[in-house]
Amino acid sequence: MHISVQQEAFDLGAVSADFAGGHKDMGAIVTFTGVVRDLPDDPLEAMEIEHYPGMTEKALRGMAEQAMARFSLGDALVIHRYGRLVPGEMIMMVATAARHRKDAFQAAEFLMDYLKSRAPFWKREITKTGAGWVESKDEDEDALARW
Amino acid sequence: MDILYFAWVRERIGVPREQIDTAAATVADLVAELRAREERYDIAFSDLSSLRVAVDQELVDFDAPLAGVREVAFFPPMTGG
Repeated sequence: MHISVQQEAFDLGAVSADFAGGHKDMGAIVTFTGVVRDLPDDPLEAMEIEHYPGMTEKALRGMAEQAMARFSLGDALVIHRYGRLVPGEMIMMVATAARHRKDAFQAAEFLMDYLKSRAPFWKREITKTGAGWVESKDEDEDALARW
Repeated sequence: MDILYFAWVRERIGVPREQIDTAAATVADLVAELRAREERYDIAFSDLSSLRVAVDQELVDFDAPLAGVREVAFFPPMTGG
C-alpha cells in the first residue's frame, strides 16, 4: 500500500508502471487520475489545495485499508497533491490491483467517492474575476450511500 | 487544547490554530463558548450545517465528547479528489 500527500508533481507513467509491475498474482490494475479542469466561462488561473497535515494521511490510509479488505485487493495506491496547481496539471491518482477487473474498478471508484468528501482537502479557485472556495456537492455525499 | 481552522473557517477566524483552556464537555459546548467570545467566531459558527469537525484527527458529530482530547479542527465540507 502506498499513500502520498505531496506538493510536487508525480510521473503518472512511472508510478503506474511501477505499481503494475509489482504484482504477478494480480490480473487487473486500474488507475484513475484527476486533472485540474479549466472553467468554461471564467478562465481558471490556478487552483489552491489546502489540507490537514496528519489527518489527511491517516484518512487516506484508512480508506485504502478499507478498500483492500472489501475488494480483496493485492495492493492500493493514493497520491494527492496540495498547493498551487494550474489547469491541466494532475491533482491526484489512485491505483488498485486485484485478481479480476471488477474488484479493481470498484475499489478505484470506492476510493474516489471517499476521497471526494472524507479526505480533508479544500480547493480554492482563482480566476481573473476573483477567488473562491469550491463548495462540496450533494451528489458527492450521496455517492457514499452506495457503499 | 489545540483548535485548528481550515479553508474559509480559518479566513473568518483569522488564525490557522490557537491554544485554549476550556472545560467544555462536548464539541457543541466548545462552539458555544467560542461564539460567546467574539463576533468573528459567532459569524464563523453561525451555520453548523456548513461545518465539519474532527477530534484528534477523526471526523465526529458536534455532540462528541472532549474528555482527553488534544486537538479539535473545524472546517467546511471537504472537496478532495
